[in-house]
Amino acid sequence: MNEKINVIKEAFEKDILTIIDMKTLNDIRTKYLGKQGKITELSKMMKDIPNEQKKELGILVNEVRCLVTDSLEEKKKDLEEKALNEKLASEKIDVTVPSKKVKRGSKHPMTRIEEKFEDLFLSMGYTIYDGPEIESDENCFQKLNLPKGHAARDAQDTFYLKDEFENYLLRSQTSTAQVRAMEENTDKGPLRIVCPGKVYRRDEDATHSHQFMQIEGLVIDEDVSMADLKGTLELFCKTILEEKTKVRFRPSYFPFTEPSVEVDVTCFKCGGKGCPLCKQTGWIEVLGAGMVHPNVLEMSGYDSTKYQGFAFGTGMDRFAMFKYGITDIRTIYGNDIRFLTQFDRKDDE
Amino acid sequence: MKLSRKFVSDYIDLPEDLKVEQIAEDMTSVGNEYDDAGELINCTNLVVGEVIECTDHPDSDHLHVCKVNVGSEVLNIVCGAPNVREGIKVVVALAGAKLPGGEIKKGMIRGVESNGMLCSKAELGLDNKFLEEKDKTGIHELSDNAIIGTDAIKALNLDDEVIDFELTSNRGDLLSILGMAYELGAIYKKSVKEIDLGYTPNNENVSDEFNVEVKTDDCPLFLAKKVKNVVIKESPDFIKERLIASGIRPINNVVDISNYVMLETGQPLHYYDAKSLGDTLIVRNALEGEKLTTLDGIERTLTTDDIVISDKEKAVGLAGVMGGLSTEVENYTTDIIIESAIFDKVKVRRTSKKILRSEASNRFEKGLDPNRTYMAIERSCALLEKYADGTVLDGIVKHDKTSKEEKVIDIKLEKIDKVLGISIPKSEVIEILKSLAFKVEDKADYLTVTVPTRRLDISIVEDLIEEVGRIYGMDNIKGKLPALKIVNSHFDRTKREIKNKLINLGLNETLSYSLIPNPEVHKFTTEDFTEITLNDPMSEDKNTLRYSLLYSLKEIYLYNKARNNSDISIFEVGKGFYKENDCYKEDLKLAVLMTGDYYLDVNNTKVDFYTIKGVLEELLDYLGYNGRYSLTVSDIPEELHPGQSASIILQGKKVGIIGKLHPSVIKDDVYVFEINLTKLLSNRGTRMSFKEIPKYPIVKKDVAFIVDGNVTVENVMKEIKKAGGRNLINQSLFDIYVGENVEEGKKSLAFTLYFQDDKKTLTEEEVMESFNNIIKKVTENIPATLRDN
Repeated sequence: MNEKINVIKEAFEKDILTIIDMKTLNDIRTKYLGKQGKITELSKMMKDIPNEQKKELGILVNEVRCLVTDSLEEKKKDLEEKALNEKLASEKIDVTVPSKKVKRGSKHPMTRIEEKFEDLFLSMGYTIYDGPEIESDENCFQKLNLPKGHAARDAQDTFYLKDEFENYLLRSQTSTAQVRAMEENTDKGPLRIVCPGKVYRRDEDATHSHQFMQIEGLVIDEDVSMADLKGTLELFCKTILEEKTKVRFRPSYFPFTEPSVEVDVTCFKCGGKGCPLCKQTGWIEVLGAGMVHPNVLEMSGYDSTKYQGFAFGTGMDRFAMFKYGITDIRTIYGNDIRFLTQFDRKDDE
Repeated sequence: MKLSRKFVSDYIDLPEDLKVEQIAEDMTSVGNEYDDAGELINCTNLVVGEVIECTDHPDSDHLHVCKVNVGSEVLNIVCGAPNVREGIKVVVALAGAKLPGGEIKKGMIRGVESNGMLCSKAELGLDNKFLEEKDKTGIHELSDNAIIGTDAIKALNLDDEVIDFELTSNRGDLLSILGMAYELGAIYKKSVKEIDLGYTPNNENVSDEFNVEVKTDDCPLFLAKKVKNVVIKESPDFIKERLIASGIRPINNVVDISNYVMLETGQPLHYYDAKSLGDTLIVRNALEGEKLTTLDGIERTLTTDDIVISDKEKAVGLAGVMGGLSTEVENYTTDIIIESAIFDKVKVRRTSKKILRSEASNRFEKGLDPNRTYMAIERSCALLEKYADGTVLDGIVKHDKTSKEEKVIDIKLEKIDKVLGISIPKSEVIEILKSLAFKVEDKADYLTVTVPTRRLDISIVEDLIEEVGRIYGMDNIKGKLPALKIVNSHFDRTKREIKNKLINLGLNETLSYSLIPNPEVHKFTTEDFTEITLNDPMSEDKNTLRYSLLYSLKEIYLYNKARNNSDISIFEVGKGFYKENDCYKEDLKLAVLMTGDYYLDVNNTKVDFYTIKGVLEELLDYLGYNGRYSLTVSDIPEELHPGQSASIILQGKKVGIIGKLHPSVIKDDVYVFEINLTKLLSNRGTRMSFKEIPKYPIVKKDVAFIVDGNVTVENVMKEIKKAGGRNLINQSLFDIYVGENVEEGKKSLAFTLYFQDDKKTLTEEEVMESFNNIIKKVTENIPATLRDN
C-alpha cells in the first residue's frame, strides 16, 4: 500500500507537468480524483486494510489527496491568471481614439448673468420681481416723477403701442418695477426687490440694441441711506466683476431719485490704469442709483416722512459684454450657433 | 455745453496753473460730466511769420517758393495757396509742428527744399462751420500788427481752452457762463464777479413807440427794449473767439451779441428789425394751420400747441424756437427790438421737437430764471451800445406774471445724516451751501436756506441734501451693508429648471427679439387673438410683438443654415404678447426647434418626430406631468406638416403644439414644439413622493398583434392597459413591422408586458390569466390578430 501511494505520488508529479490548459487539467483531475481516479481507488482500498494500519495509511492517503488537490488548485489559478492576462492583452485599445460624444447644450450668456444677479440678491434677502414688458406711461414715467413733457424723457426714446390713447408702451427701463412693487405692497412697509428683464428703446448700433436687459433694485425701510446703497453696490460689483473692483460714486440726476449718483467701477480691462475702453480714465460707468425721491414714494402710497429707500438700475448686457469680452451687442441677439455653443460649460467661480 | 476758459474767467478767477483737464475732472466729481477737455486749437509749433519773398516754383504751375521770416531765422517754404504773396503775415507751422492732419517735416517738394508749412484756418482743425470760403481755399492772412516770431494761435486770438460738458437735464442753470462760474466758485471757493449792465439810455421812452400784448398763459414773462442806430459790422475778436470756442458761428456784431449774452446769462434773446415790425408785438397761441416762414426760409404750418409772436397781421416768430424771416436783422438794419422772454417749457419742447432743436430752445425747455431775463436784456443793451454804436431807448416794455421770490427751505442736520449715511459737521454744511451762493441762517436746531432763483432745480430738502452731498463728495461716503431683517426670499425655480433640463439634453439656448414683422404674427398657431403693434416702429420688420416664438427660431435656423450650420437644436423661453378684451396680456412660452444630427454617435441619427417628442416628454415628465398629457392630431397650424404634427393636451386643455415644419415653410426636415408655460404651469405637477420598492419579481411576456395600418399605437396600448388589470405594471412597444408575412395595409406591433404584484409572487396561472385577457380584448376590440411567427 505504501508503495502504491508512492507510485501514485511520483506519477502525479510527472503528470502535473503535462498540464497546459484547463482541458489537460481536468483530465488529470479525473485521472486522480474522478470516480475511477487513482486516489479515489486508494480510498476505496482502505476498507480492506486491517484496522491497526488504517490510521497510519489513512494519514498517508489523505496527504497524497491534499497534495493532488492543492497542486491542481494552484495550477488552475495559474492557468486562470494566464488566461485572464491573455484576454486583457487581447482587449487592449487605443485610448487616444476620439470619444463617443454626448451632446452638450449651452446656456445663453444673458441667462447666465441674470441668474448670477438673481442669486446674489436672493442671498441678501431680496425678492425677484417679474414685471410685465408692456407698461402704462403712468407706471413707466409719471409715477417715477417724469410727467409728460419732462425733458429727461428724451434720454429714453420709447416705443409706444398703437392704441387710442397712446398710453401704453414697451417699458424703456425696469425702474417701472419700483412703482409696481410699491403699489402691490399693500402694507406700505419695508420692501426689498430686484427686477431683471427685457427693456426696449428706439436705438440701435454696436453698443445699443433696441431690445436689451436691465436689472432694477429697490430697498425701502425706515433708515436705509446712501452709505447702505454704496455698500450694497460695492458688494454687487465685487461679486459680479472681480474682488478687487473699486466703486466710485459721482453725483448725477435721475428724476426718480434724490440725491442721484452714477456709479463707476475700476476698468475691467486695464484695472484702472487707463486704456481705450475706459477712455484713459480708469473708470467705467455701470450703474445709476440714488435715494428714492419722496414724490415717488408718495405717489405709490408710501409715507415719505417715515420711509426712505434706495434704488439702482443697470444694463445687464454691459456686464455680459465685459465678463465674456463681447464687443458688439448685436452678437448677443444674433444667435449664431458658433456664438451660442461657446457658452457650454460652467461659469468660472 | 462748451465752456470757454477765457469766457468764464471774466466772472471767476481760476488759478492759472490749474489744468483744464483738472477743472473737467473736478466738475465731474460734483456731477457735471464732460466729453472732452483741451485746447481750442490742438496744434503745436505755430508762429507768426512774414513772407519776404515769393517766387513761382520752377517745376510747377501753381506752387510758390517763399522766404519766410519767423523771427529767429528765414525759412524756405513751398506753398500752394493762390493768395500767398510778398508782404503778408502768415501762420507758419515749423518743422515738428503737430497739426490735426499730421506732423510737419522738413523735405523736398518737387526738388525744392521746404522747411515748414504756411497754414489755412482749416488746417488748424477749426470746424467747417467756422470757416469762410477764403479759409478753405487759401492760407490765413494775419493782421499787420501781428508780431513776427510770436505764438500764432495767440495772434489768431484762438488761444483758449474748452471743456465740452454733458450736462444733466435738471441743470438748465449751467447752460450759462454765469452758472458755470457759480459751480466753479463752489468747487474752488471763489466768489463770482458782477456782470456789467451799464449803458446810457437816451431821452426817448420805448413805451411811446412800442407796446406788447400777451394773449396766452404760455408766456409768463415778456420784456422788450429798443436800440436805435446800430452799425452792423464784424464783431470784435474776443466775441468771435468766445462764440467759436462755445461752438457758435460768428455772423455780425449784432447777431453775435445776442448769442454772446445768451451764453453769458443762459437767457436766449431775439432781435427784430424794428422797421419791419409794426408798433405792437402780440404773443399768442398759433392758429390751427397758420403759416410762418422761419429764418431758414422754410414755410412752417403751425398748430394751436405752438406759441407765436406776431404783429397786428401775422406771425413774425416762433416763440423759443426760431424767428421769422420777415423781421430778420439784415446788414442794412439800424433799429432793433430786443425780446427777452420766458415761454412754457413743455410747449417749446414740443414745438422744437417738431421743427428744430437749437441752443435757444434747449435753454427754454429746461426752464429760465426771471431775474436772468431782466439781466440779459440789460446786458444786451450795454453791449449793443459798446460794440454796435447803438442808442438805447429808456424804459422797458413788459408783461410779467412771474414771482422772483427766493425759495426758503428749512433743513435739519439729522436729516442730511440720515439720507447720506454719514455725519457732516454743521460748519461744513453751512460752508458748502454758502459756496453755492445760497443764504444760510443757523437756527440752532435747523438751518434756514434761501435758494437763489437761478437754481430752479431745488425745491425740497432732498435737493439740498444732494447739494451738500455732491460738493462734500458723494465718493467720500463710506459704504456699509444695510442692517435689514433676515427674510425668506421665496423664488420659483421652474423657469430655470426648464432651461437647465433642455440644456442638459444638449439644446442651445437662444435670445431673440420680441419685435417681428406684422405679417408673421399669426403664424405657427391656430389661436384667434388680437396682435399688438407699435405706434412708432423703427422698421417694418420690427413693428409687431410676437405671439409665438417659433417665427424667431425659424429665422435663427435660416440664419445658421446660411452659414453652413444645419445641425441645430435650440430653444428659447420668452413672452408671447396679445390683446384680450382691451387688456394687454403676456404669456410665458417655450419653443424648441431641432433639425439635422442630434445624437453624436458614429451612426449619426437625424432628428425625426420621435426625437423631438422624446425631448418634449422628458421635459414634461421631469416637471411632474407624467401620464397627464397626450398628443392629439387636431388643430394643426398651417405652418406644420398635417401628417406629422399634433396638439399637446394637458388634462383636456391644449397647452402647445408639436410637429414638423410644413415643406412650404422650410423644405428641410425641421421639427418644433411650443408650449404655453403660463397655461402649463397653472396646472401643478404631481408631487414627488417615495413608493415602497417592490419585493416580488417581475414577469415579462412578449406579444405581437397585427392591426390595420391606421390604428394608433396609443389605442392599442390603452386597450392593453385596460385589459391587463392591476398586475400589469408596465408595457413597452419594441417593434413596428410592415412587410413580409404581414398582409398589405396592416402592421405588426410588438410589446413587452410586465406583470408584478407588490404583495406576493405571481403564479404562472395569474400571469396567464391577465395575458390571455389582453390578447382576447385587443383582438376583439381593436380589432387585431395575434401574430404567431
